[in-house]
Amino acid sequence: MKTFNYHSTKDVKEATKLASSSSAFLAGGMTTIPSMKLGLASYKDIIDIKRIKKLSGIKVSAKSVTIGSTTKHVEVANSKEVKKALPSLSALAEGIGDPQVRNRGTIGGSIANNDPSADYPSACIALNATIHTNNRKISADKFFTGMFETSLKKGELIEAIEFQIPEKSCYQKYPNPASRYAIVGVYVAKHKSGVNVAVTGAKSCVYNEKNISNALSKNFSASSIDNVVVSSSGINSDIHASAEYRANMVKVFAKKAVEAC
Amino acid sequence: MTKVSLEVNGKKVVKEIPDHTTLSVFLREILNLTGTHVGCDTSQCGACVVHVDGKSIKSCTALAADLNGSKITTIEGLVSNGKMHPMQEAFKKTHGLQCGFCTPGMVMSAIDLLNNKKNPSDKEIRDWLEGNICRCTGYQNIIAAVKEAATKM
Repeated sequence: MKTFNYHSTKDVKEATKLASSSSAFLAGGMTTIPSMKLGLASYKDIIDIKRIKKLSGIKVSAKSVTIGSTTKHVEVANSKEVKKALPSLSALAEGIGDPQVRNRGTIGGSIANNDPSADYPSACIALNATIHTNNRKISADKFFTGMFETSLKKGELIEAIEFQIPEKSCYQKYPNPASRYAIVGVYVAKHKSGVNVAVTGAKSCVYNEKNISNALSKNFSASSIDNVVVSSSGINSDIHASAEYRANMVKVFAKKAVEAC
Repeated sequence: MTKVSLEVNGKKVVKEIPDHTTLSVFLREILNLTGTHVGCDTSQCGACVVHVDGKSIKSCTALAADLNGSKITTIEGLVSNGKMHPMQEAFKKTHGLQCGFCTPGMVMSAIDLLNNKKNPSDKEIRDWLEGNICRCTGYQNIIAAVKEAATKM
């Protein structure tokens, strides 16, 4: 790993002031540190944001669950409040990686990285999340812009993610047996305004599978998905699964999620 | 360079280190605590698992500077009054190790499991040890070791 200047920061102002075109914010470091070791990324300054108190914690209201960006996966998985208000989200957090990853990895880090197979981006899309940064609010459908790309500007820092509590929801994934990243993951959420079917692992970026969500908005039952066609065009194909297989898994896991709602 | 102050296995340690020093490098190369092993060095194999403030983490994927002020426990810190920890005893008794490379990480991870859950099922043990790889594939006896330790801890 190439060397860098490490900065531990105490507030958002200090952290964002240090940011430059050759810096990175460090939360859990579950992707940033391996990427630097593998030579995929190098930075002049690493700005640690974990000691900024206001970035960590969980707030639950009648309509939403708001999670601070440096809140760890284990905290979301074990939170009694989240389990009660939004059990699909605590179950998702429990299924990320392994216990050591969950003890370090953070929700803000996960969505800022926007790995095409990560779990949390699907929760953001399914639960109509609002991403609060140090200077604006971004709706989830405008946040994830492409593979490892988001609409965050350089030096912009995620402070919290606000999830809308739906009437019903469930996340089901087919995990890679080694990494637990989703080969395909489907987060179904039924809101008053309609149904979202957020898919991760299948394309280069998380997306809302409109054909299935339209069918479910008309009739929220697993059987209503039977006749929906999910095209394999644009779907990932790799050593783990072909595009056709993944396209079929989108339907299979959407049905599983609806049945478990 | 950055000055870090940590408590490692009950002893206070203050060192001036390069900013990019990982905890695994800090333990092995600066403190000569080579019981913590480095396998993949990219947080997949779990050989480097140690406890930070009582919780298991992969030491190859944490910066020592970032853990300033923390309490670290490594495999060397488990012995008490010359006696092995019940988890170490259990690994010995059930033949839970073959080449032994993964063992420090397995032991540290398994202790964290039992700290969270007293009598885990086979499935819970297997799920928890997801992040620890044994290339001798000696998993059956590792599960047996954790179950044995659960009766002693």
